[in-house]
Amino acid sequence: MSTLTPVLTDTWDAEQGWKLETYAARGGYSSLDVAFAMSPDDVITAVKDSGLRGRGGAGFPTGMKWSFIPQDNPKPKYLVVNADESEPGTCKDIPLMMGNPHVLVEGVIVSSYAIRANKAFIYIRGEVVHVIRRVQAAVAEAYAAGHLGKDIHGSGYDLDVVVHAGAGAYICGEETALLEGLEGRRGQPRLRPPFPAVAGLYASPTVINNVESIASVPAIVSNGAAWFASMGTEKSKGHGIFSLSGHVQRPGQYEAPLGITLRELLDLAGGVREGHQLKFWTPGGSSTPLLTAEHLDVPLDFEGVGGVGSMLGTRALQVFDETVCVVRAVLRWTEFYKHESCGKCTPCREGTWWLVQALTRLEHGQGSEDDLDQLLDQCDNILGRSFCALGDGATSPISSSIQHFRDEYLAHLSHGGCPFDPARSTAWAGQEVSA
Amino acid sequence: MATNQLDDKTLTELREIAARYPEPRSGLLPMLHLVQSAQGRITPEGIEACAAILDISAAEVSGVATFYTMYKRHGVGDYHVGVCTNTLCAVMGGDEIFARLKDHLEIGNDEVAVKRQGDSRTVSLEHIECNAACDYAPVVMVNWEFMDNQTPESAVQMVESLRAGHEVSSTRGPRLCTWREAERVLAGFPDGRVDEGPTAGEASLAGLRIARERGWTAPDPEQVPAVEAGEGEA
Repeated sequence: MSTLTPVLTDTWDAEQGWKLETYAARGGYSSLDVAFAMSPDDVITAVKDSGLRGRGGAGFPTGMKWSFIPQDNPKPKYLVVNADESEPGTCKDIPLMMGNPHVLVEGVIVSSYAIRANKAFIYIRGEVVHVIRRVQAAVAEAYAAGHLGKDIHGSGYDLDVVVHAGAGAYICGEETALLEGLEGRRGQPRLRPPFPAVAGLYASPTVINNVESIASVPAIVSNGAAWFASMGTEKSKGHGIFSLSGHVQRPGQYEAPLGITLRELLDLAGGVREGHQLKFWTPGGSSTPLLTAEHLDVPLDFEGVGGVGSMLGTRALQVFDETVCVVRAVLRWTEFYKHESCGKCTPCREGTWWLVQALTRLEHGQGSEDDLDQLLDQCDNILGRSFCALGDGATSPISSSIQHFRDEYLAHLSHGGCPFDPARSTAWAGQEVSA
Repeated sequence: MATNQLDDKTLTELREIAARYPEPRSGLLPMLHLVQSAQGRITPEGIEACAAILDISAAEVSGVATFYTMYKRHGVGDYHVGVCTNTLCAVMGGDEIFARLKDHLEIGNDEVAVKRQGDSRTVSLEHIECNAACDYAPVVMVNWEFMDNQTPESAVQMVESLRAGHEVSSTRGPRLCTWREAERVLAGFPDGRVDEGPTAGEASLAGLRIARERGWTAPDPEQVPAVEAGEGEA
């Protein structure tokens, strides 16, 4: 039985937790002097030893990413924080920045020091004004307290941080598209190689990390790599925020060691909505293949979820009960991918459009069983043939739902339409009639 | 729709934004937010002004302005209401909320409701994609502030309060400002509302409350044996 391990969420119940005063009273910014007493390379080594893997979905080892920065390159180095949290179901970085923005700023300072950057950017999606206020204020407070600016804590190290608001584009969560946005262009992904570590922002060496990854760094530096690695599983170390949403009794954020299971989390969250059963769930957002009740005991770490054909992703656990039509759910996600496709590559731009057409017909009970094979064929022509992971992600809900719920697709055909009543799925279903 | 001209203060602020970055063009996204704040939408004049400051073509600025969904080429209301209809919120009732609001306001997607006699403010309506608040589904955003756990009734009441000019607060944030005021914050000019609202909403605290009740914490660093990384276990 896993227990919860609040680290990043630990200050969220504090009065005015976003203020420097609150944060400093709990030892905030103490990792700076620890880091400044170390060489930048030793900080990188500590993060490598901790086993921290990227918390934005892909799970790439953070310390290794940092070590790819060519230090003999004379250009400036940059740290860019990916705070464009937009993957459907993902809702951890937003409350983190709202409630505890200083842990992110502290992480930015230590991480920038490690990669020898003197300028860092926090790219926050634009659709969260209050979160942006909190991060702007945290950066301003950090400057005023001497945690940012010139000669920080007398270390001789300088760092400036710019808080940058995006303008509504899921694709900017893809790191090279984010860089395009940050350079004032349309957010379309770049060809790799060169990777951002070599030629990123302004063609300079750049590290791009997720909010939660960067926010995890101060405690690793202060408490030690072994402390972080004492949580989690063999190849998936540390704590992570698990976001439960949908048909659960107590949706919300649960910070736990990687490797906890959905069964354990559901138990903590009071179970599936009263009187209903789990039907399907996403382990890490809509781009990670759907799982079902047979996967309740899969360890939620990178290997465990990968082992059952899905991905840990962002630990965005969207829970759907038996009242939900999987075809409706998948069609809506597919419409999302179509809307957010940046248009750069043909498989994704055209493919997502065709997927919506095919799924719409099926949801309305039109077409035939052959359309399922055609859908899978379309997915086959997008997956691995798109310019970036958006196109790949668009196929995940479709192929996994056909795999697990083929009969439900067919029921739409025999029923002549969707056999489900959407009113039964709402948050207020079974309560007073909303007339 | 008539818009005021960009004044000198705004032009100065647009240059200020560009100067925050090693390369001025990086300022374009926040600059376009400021244009929206000053003029209520992306105007041809605003596009020309950004192009002149950044020394790029108006077509390049237009290309950016048309790519991102938060930039509007037509006016929105004082309060821009966004209903999440991505899968999870839709299933939890977002579809019903969006349908009710369209019906109530007698408008379609991305339209501004008629200002009735007696209304002091206008509202516009749009369906939006996932806004990273799934644990509060169904979610409605007003001027990009969270209105959590909505129902069709609460959403209708809210838009009526807004039209009447009553003060409405985000369910875990500040008193709502107008859309144009919010765009100014996005351009990087704080409005002093940062200290309003709680540290976190209830759902955000779900796990932490259980940990407090049961005395669960992360390991004590003093108690962790100084082993080599890679030997740790669950």
